[in-house]
Amino acid sequence: MCTVRGLVKTYPAARGRRGTPAAPPVRATDGIDLEVRRGEIFGLLGPNGAGKTTLVRQLTGLLRPDAGSVQLLGHDLVRHPERAARLVGYLGQQSTALDELTVALAAETTGRLRGLPLAAARAERDAVLDELGLAPLADRPLKKLSGGQRRLACFAAALVGERPLLVLDEPTTGMDPVARRAVWAAVDRRRAEHGTTVLLVTHNVIEAETVLDRVAVLERGRIIACDTPAGLKRLVGDEVRVDLVWRDGPPLDVPEVAALRAAAHETGRRWSLRLDPERARAAVAAVTGGPAFAALDDFTLTTPSLEDVYLALGGADRGLVKG
Amino acid sequence: MSAVSAEAVSGGQTRAPGPARPVEGAPLAPAPRLLPALAAVYRAQLSRARVARIPLLFVATFQSVGIMVLMRGVVDGGEAARAVVAGSSVLVVAFVALNLLAQYFGQLRAGGGLDHYATLPVPPAAVVLGAAGAYASFTVPGTAVTAVTGSVLFGLPMAHLWVLAAVVPLAGAALAGLGAAIGLLAPRQELATLGGQLGMSAALLLGVLPAGHLPQPVAWARDLLPSTYGVEALAHSYDAHPDWLRVVADLGVCAAVGVVSLAVATWAYRRAAVR
Repeated sequence: MCTVRGLVKTYPAARGRRGTPAAPPVRATDGIDLEVRRGEIFGLLGPNGAGKTTLVRQLTGLLRPDAGSVQLLGHDLVRHPERAARLVGYLGQQSTALDELTVALAAETTGRLRGLPLAAARAERDAVLDELGLAPLADRPLKKLSGGQRRLACFAAALVGERPLLVLDEPTTGMDPVARRAVWAAVDRRRAEHGTTVLLVTHNVIEAETVLDRVAVLERGRIIACDTPAGLKRLVGDEVRVDLVWRDGPPLDVPEVAALRAAAHETGRRWSLRLDPERARAAVAAVTGGPAFAALDDFTLTTPSLEDVYLALGGADRGLVKG
Repeated sequence: MSAVSAEAVSGGQTRAPGPARPVEGAPLAPAPRLLPALAAVYRAQLSRARVARIPLLFVATFQSVGIMVLMRGVVDGGEAARAVVAGSSVLVVAFVALNLLAQYFGQLRAGGGLDHYATLPVPPAAVVLGAAGAYASFTVPGTAVTAVTGSVLFGLPMAHLWVLAAVVPLAGAALAGLGAAIGLLAPRQELATLGGQLGMSAALLLGVLPAGHLPQPVAWARDLLPSTYGVEALAHSYDAHPDWLRVVADLGVCAAVGVVSLAVATWAYRRAAVR
């Protein structure tokens, strides 16, 4: 339903100011190929600056690509970017345009600007606000709401006026668990009832694992892997992750601990290791029995997450949210 | 039997973004027409006055009334008094429609707020005209209060103050169009703010001071400023027997500037929305 081929966007070099060198041009998307199927929740996962937002801005007609093609439901969006607005419901990261409106008016106006007649816009507004539990806040301006509530109100506005594709750029940022559940329930309902497709931008791995059908991992403007979350996890095999937290410092005088150090990724008092199950068992046995245990503050043993996949694929170790 | 579908035949007659236009691929959701979209934007913008009441409605009025009280000590009646009252009244329009609208669009553009509109199938003219119309409307109470207060303060006749009903929308269109164009064309938010401020300062200095005492180059600058024609129209209405032809001509200039500047602003919006 959405096919992307060879998408390239280069931001021009920033001119250097006095005393600072000029920044080189940035290839924000560097030859992206993508195939999103009808009715799936497709995720774009990657750290900040990986090119996720640039990619969705090209899919929503906000940014013209330098090269490549975007086909959405049979429409060429590079040649006709204006058609994107009639096919895609977009939730961007900013709420500037809606901040001084009440929740109800933000949803109603957005619906009207999506082409709904007044009565239909009002009916959909009421239905969506009820569905998301926003009815009690309907008369409050977005500006006066908490970050999570404001995000939910923007999500509500994105839903008024049905579209076959929803593009959601980090929709649940700042939301509490109740609001998050409301968002995913609303997405699921639209998928079940209308076959709505969702393209989700996230840097939250837990969310990516629980809600996505398929996920593309982005790194520096390229897709380094694309599969189901389970399929991606198989890439790292049956490796297990062992996290050790030392009380003061690692007891390097214990030979087993000293041997583990080579495989450990150290951050302060924490050691992170990816080991095959056999070695993981041995490592846990070594640190929980014997003299090393006295120096141990905490340890966890976890099956691989998408974060491990991302690291195993060669992603830089930063920018992904684990909670 | 014709092989051409009814939709394809009627498609030729509907306007370009209409739903019936035959295109390959999945059906496109209908796009709103100009007037309903304009009404929706206007209403939403107007409602912002509830949240941002003080900057949008009161600051400009206080400023203008303050200027008139200040000038009361220097000017006592005659042509100078008319210039002060008319200039101060139109200054409310310049402050809100030009300065604040330039700031609003500059902020919207810098903060990614234009994306919201750009990802909706709304005609660009609806966004610009809706916002400009709302900002022009915000000036109505302030202009009326300033004109009445000034007339009382300087003892001017109020018989023809109804001219405000034409001055506010036409000067509003001209100045809001300029404000929107400045806000959308300025490469940076700070420059949009600066542009709006300078425009308002020009309207203040060139509008409030009586034209007769200005040096020639400044008088030319005054002639170039669209708010001047709103000031002139209002000032003439204080005459015992106003020269209505001149008033209409002055307002005509405002209307023409309004049409041009709003067209430029719409073009600037299109350019700013899709990069």
